[in-house]
Amino acid sequence: MRAIQYAAPQSLGDAVALLQQAGAKARILAGGTDLIVQVGADAREVDLFVDGKRIPELMELTFDPQRGLTLGAAVPCCRIYEDATVRARYPGLVDTASIIGGTAIQSRASVGGNLCNSGPAADSTPALIAYASVARIAGPRGEREVPVEAFCTAPGRNVLEPDELLVSLHLPVPPPHSGARYLRFIPRNEMDIAEVGVGASLTLQGPNGPITAARIALGAVAPTPLFVREAGDSLVGKLPTAEAFAEAAALAQAAARPITDMRGTAEHRKHLVGVLTRRALRGALERANSVSQ
Amino acid sequence: MTTSILSGKVAVSATINGEPTEWLCEPRETLLEVLRDRLGLTGSKEGCGNGNCGACNVIIDGRLVNSCCMLGVEAEGCTITTVEGIGHPEGLTPLQRCFVEGAALQCGFCTPGFLVAAKALLDKNPNPTEEEIRWWLAGNLCRCTGYDKIVRAVQNAAAEMRP
Repeated sequence: MRAIQYAAPQSLGDAVALLQQAGAKARILAGGTDLIVQVGADAREVDLFVDGKRIPELMELTFDPQRGLTLGAAVPCCRIYEDATVRARYPGLVDTASIIGGTAIQSRASVGGNLCNSGPAADSTPALIAYASVARIAGPRGEREVPVEAFCTAPGRNVLEPDELLVSLHLPVPPPHSGARYLRFIPRNEMDIAEVGVGASLTLQGPNGPITAARIALGAVAPTPLFVREAGDSLVGKLPTAEAFAEAAALAQAAARPITDMRGTAEHRKHLVGVLTRRALRGALERANSVSQ
Repeated sequence: MTTSILSGKVAVSATINGEPTEWLCEPRETLLEVLRDRLGLTGSKEGCGNGNCGACNVIIDGRLVNSCCMLGVEAEGCTITTVEGIGHPEGLTPLQRCFVEGAALQCGFCTPGFLVAAKALLDKNPNPTEEEIRWWLAGNLCRCTGYDKIVRAVQNAAAEMRP
């Protein structure tokens, strides 16, 4: 690795000041499981690591019954799946945190970093989208909020300006009779990158009642994680039947724009979108029916 | 308060295998490089350099970590266990003994990583199922043994260690 500087600010204001002063080659360091590897392989040039792990807002993991979940950008996956409230309220998020990499990766890697790395196959992003998550961004020009489905703009690229950082992700309070599930298909059983990933959420009027809201998001089948609005909208007002799920899955398939690469052909990916969307919807339904709030 | 920007050689202190330890390193050095090249703790190995193989596993503040994916400067104030902190040549831990007796190693390159990972598992869960063991160890790659004997060694050690 070429010579690099390091700073560990203890406040958001200091972090913003560092990014502003250092220019485009400063990067926030959270878990480091993508960034350190990329810099070591000369795939990314960094002049200054700004360690985010001493900034309280980036390490926060709190649930408020009115406002929902605040997930700091640098919170590691292991804290997500060990948190009893997150496990109960946001199991779709726990699905992803449990399968990113393996144990040692999950000790450091963060969902915020997964989003900012902006890989098309990021596991946690489809689940964040299914939960209608919003990204809180801070910079010298102030703070702004971006829905997660609008965050990634191209492979490895996102809406952050060079002097901005992701502070945290905000997931609304899950309504009664709602559930979400993330599923992926990978070439091995574990420690691999998704060939296809699907995050789905459902809100029902009552147990097994008509669907009042649904969100479906796909990973690894487009240059960015894909929010397929029409697939979720097609379910609203319907009973959660296999036919309804099949129709939503077909819409998800139609929206997918996969490429052929070493993990799978475009045709196989299209097929998997259909299968995983149906299964993720069934999983979301099961959770929607089992939640007692 | 403005944050200081560290460059060149940075002084870092941590506790390694129970011993207060200080070193100088540049921000670009990974913890693995620090352990091996500056501290002479060559038990942790570099197998891949990118977080896939687990040969560099250490335990940081109770968490299993790939030391190749962490900077040396990030270890400031941390409590670190490396493979050198597990047992000693005259007194192997049950885990180490079960590995040896169960032929859970051949070339031995992955073994430090597996021992650290297995120790982290058994510290947290003294009675893991086979599935839990395999999932926990998914980040440790072995080219020699086919994994079965490693899993059995962990099971045997766990059984021996349970009251």
